[in-house]
Amino acid sequence: MSPRPGFVLEIDRSTPPTLFWHGEGFRLEKLPVGSRVIYPPEPLEGIKDPRSAIREALDNPTGDSGPLSALLKPDMRVAVCFDDVSLPLPQMQAPDIRQLIIEEVLERLAIAGVEDVRLIAALALHRRMTDSELEHALGKRVYEATKSAGILTQHDAEDRDNLLFIGKTEQGEEVELNKYAATSDLIIYVNINLVSMDGGHKSVATGLASYRSLRHHHNVKTMVHSKSFMDRDNSELHSSNWRMGKLIKDSGIKIYQIETTLNTNTFPSQFSFLQKREWEWGLKDRASFLAVSESLKLTPPWAARKIFQNVKSPYGLTGVHAGEVEAVHKKTLENVYKQQQVDVSGQTDILTIGLPFIGPYNVNSIMNPILVHCLGLGYFFNMYKGAPLVRKGGVVILSHPTRPEFDPTFHPSYIDFFDQVLPESTDPLVIEKKFEERFATDPWYIHLYRHGHAYHGVHPFYMWYWGAHALDHLGGVIILGGDPKTTRRLGYQSASTMADALEIASSIVGRDPSVTHLHSPPLLMANVH
Amino acid sequence: MKLIRPNSKISLLLSKPQRPITLDEPPTKSKLGSNYDTGWSRRYGVRLIRAMLLDAVVRPGVEMIASPEIKNQDRIDHLSAPVIFAANHSSHLDTPVMLSTLPAKFRHRCVVGAGADYFFDKRWKAILWSGVLSAIPIERSKPSRRAGELAVDLVKEGWNLLIFPEGGRTPDGLGQQHKTGVAQLAIRTKAPIVPIYLEGTYEILNKTSKRFKPGTVTASYGAPIYASDSDDPRELTKTIQAAIDRLADELHSDFLSAARRSAKGETPPLAPASRGWIEKWNRVSSLSHSRKLDRWPTKLFNR
Repeated sequence: MSPRPGFVLEIDRSTPPTLFWHGEGFRLEKLPVGSRVIYPPEPLEGIKDPRSAIREALDNPTGDSGPLSALLKPDMRVAVCFDDVSLPLPQMQAPDIRQLIIEEVLERLAIAGVEDVRLIAALALHRRMTDSELEHALGKRVYEATKSAGILTQHDAEDRDNLLFIGKTEQGEEVELNKYAATSDLIIYVNINLVSMDGGHKSVATGLASYRSLRHHHNVKTMVHSKSFMDRDNSELHSSNWRMGKLIKDSGIKIYQIETTLNTNTFPSQFSFLQKREWEWGLKDRASFLAVSESLKLTPPWAARKIFQNVKSPYGLTGVHAGEVEAVHKKTLENVYKQQQVDVSGQTDILTIGLPFIGPYNVNSIMNPILVHCLGLGYFFNMYKGAPLVRKGGVVILSHPTRPEFDPTFHPSYIDFFDQVLPESTDPLVIEKKFEERFATDPWYIHLYRHGHAYHGVHPFYMWYWGAHALDHLGGVIILGGDPKTTRRLGYQSASTMADALEIASSIVGRDPSVTHLHSPPLLMANVH
Repeated sequence: MKLIRPNSKISLLLSKPQRPITLDEPPTKSKLGSNYDTGWSRRYGVRLIRAMLLDAVVRPGVEMIASPEIKNQDRIDHLSAPVIFAANHSSHLDTPVMLSTLPAKFRHRCVVGAGADYFFDKRWKAILWSGVLSAIPIERSKPSRRAGELAVDLVKEGWNLLIFPEGGRTPDGLGQQHKTGVAQLAIRTKAPIVPIYLEGTYEILNKTSKRFKPGTVTASYGAPIYASDSDDPRELTKTIQAAIDRLADELHSDFLSAARRSAKGETPPLAPASRGWIEKWNRVSSLSHSRKLDRWPTKLFNR
């Protein structure tokens, strides 16, 4: 049976309760009659033989590019760059798609006799990947071979000796990239497109850039004008990256882009109920749900986190394209939309979203309150094309425990951001003006970023800006089941039940509001007419 | 006790009439060797017993003697039956190691190519090996239409085949040139060939061993090789042999170094051009299992 498309369900009295993610747990909520629930499309069939598909893509490139083998010469220098641990979410079951591609790429480099090769994890200002994360992403064979040869590296945006200033775009945006990559004869970029935001010129222009370069698009003004940053044609974030991409190309840097898309088969069979529509839960699904949710209630948060972070997704590959950046990305976006897009007519007064245990920046770590903000108002709010799901002045209700917990190893600057910045202001513009520079240049944060596994000092600011468009658009944000004190610190209201949350929301949007729930998992992108 | 001579009627009934010695013996068709009918060993009941035997006896036994370590299994995760598994061959232990470590989706529907002249020359051996290991007879020294057809039919029916293209165990620990049967089979069936490099079984039990010397075995899987109608069996055979050589190289170095040597045609071959004493000595001197050799500067002799 072919996978069914997504659709919008209108809730009546017979509709069973709706599943909400609630961090490392779930809630079943009975939404008011007449509410809408947007259900994602079912996972598309994955490609049966990914290795053959990769070979096919490398041999038959997209756009103005020759086959990879034809671009290689023995005396050239090649940088093989790859997306970091923030993709995909959760991590893929082995073998990771990056492994399959990089093995094939290394094979071709070996055949061509290219000796000067380096692998670079395109971190931007993200934390350095741990050895086990690198081994999982690249596979044991590539990891051991490149690590022992000293050619497995991670981009360091604070290593002044290994950064190269490329120039300025016509709008004055400075472009500064990883020097090894920028001076290579060819950059081969291996990407994973889980959502439509990823890929394209953003891969190199962001992934291999420094703070000097990133600040030109990772700022409040750009984010407010990215409507949404999941819609490449209406995203100022992407326009900026595309301008930088053009400059990079014009400066003579050659990029061979390999982009992949995954289906939304996100959870293994023991969590299959998560991917089914509630009225289709069989006995096994109901039993699994009860067993999982009840046992999670008895489990301390750290243990529940550990359990969920160990989940590996059985994603299937839905497409792999290689060649010229823009042509490849066009095909990638088609694949992403084919999997995730759902047509929705009209906006809503209140949008409800269940937030999961994981986002791009807390892999193997804690979803701290700032990341809750980023995931809810950054990622999920922006999962639209056309117009936002919620009307101007509407309310978003996020379901998440939002505990004041932080990972001091991965997120040290987040702790100070929460303690020092948010009590002063939650306005992104004020925060940007008053605090960003200090955090971005703090030597201790830079040290932890370069030599530990910490996100860059400026990263919590970016996470806050990620929600700037939503904050500018919304009349209120309510966190259902969130820690009240923490929620207040974020500038939101908290509610302990859905009825309370809807009551609070009604005081903002008026009586008898329309309610829409964005059902996840898996991911969906609303095409709002 | 005095034997009672049976009467003539009973004697007529029980005794086979003697053939006149003036007549030539009629040609008899042997029911052994490649003619042995192994069909019974693939019936459901026999398979069930064999599966239990494999999981309950053979696997623990192999684990105890050889502690097998499997590498690069992710290269075959996407495959489904039928698959032809082609490994280098050093020991009688190779088959039980492979059968007990193949992924479950393959191992319970797997036949093993075994020398017709060695494993099927006596009735008890034919029953034992076809029953216990699901062996099928393969002619090693002469072409046999029947043996070849059986392997092709079984693979086409969806059976996986474990076969040793070297045609027999190595006499000295070095590899041997591959025979072309596997390539011909793959061309006819289009089943993917998975090259496997097995290391360590020679040291545990080789052709001249009197008893087991427990040790560790490593089995490394290679990427599947696909055959097409236009393939030349001899070239495909070389490809399979080179793939196993590269797996050995990869095991002792790393993926990228092995890929680079392979691209330059510099992969150290398992099967030497000649089997002179230096080759043999290099092989023996590199064995990590032999305690007394640790005193020697073995690296000097390694390839």
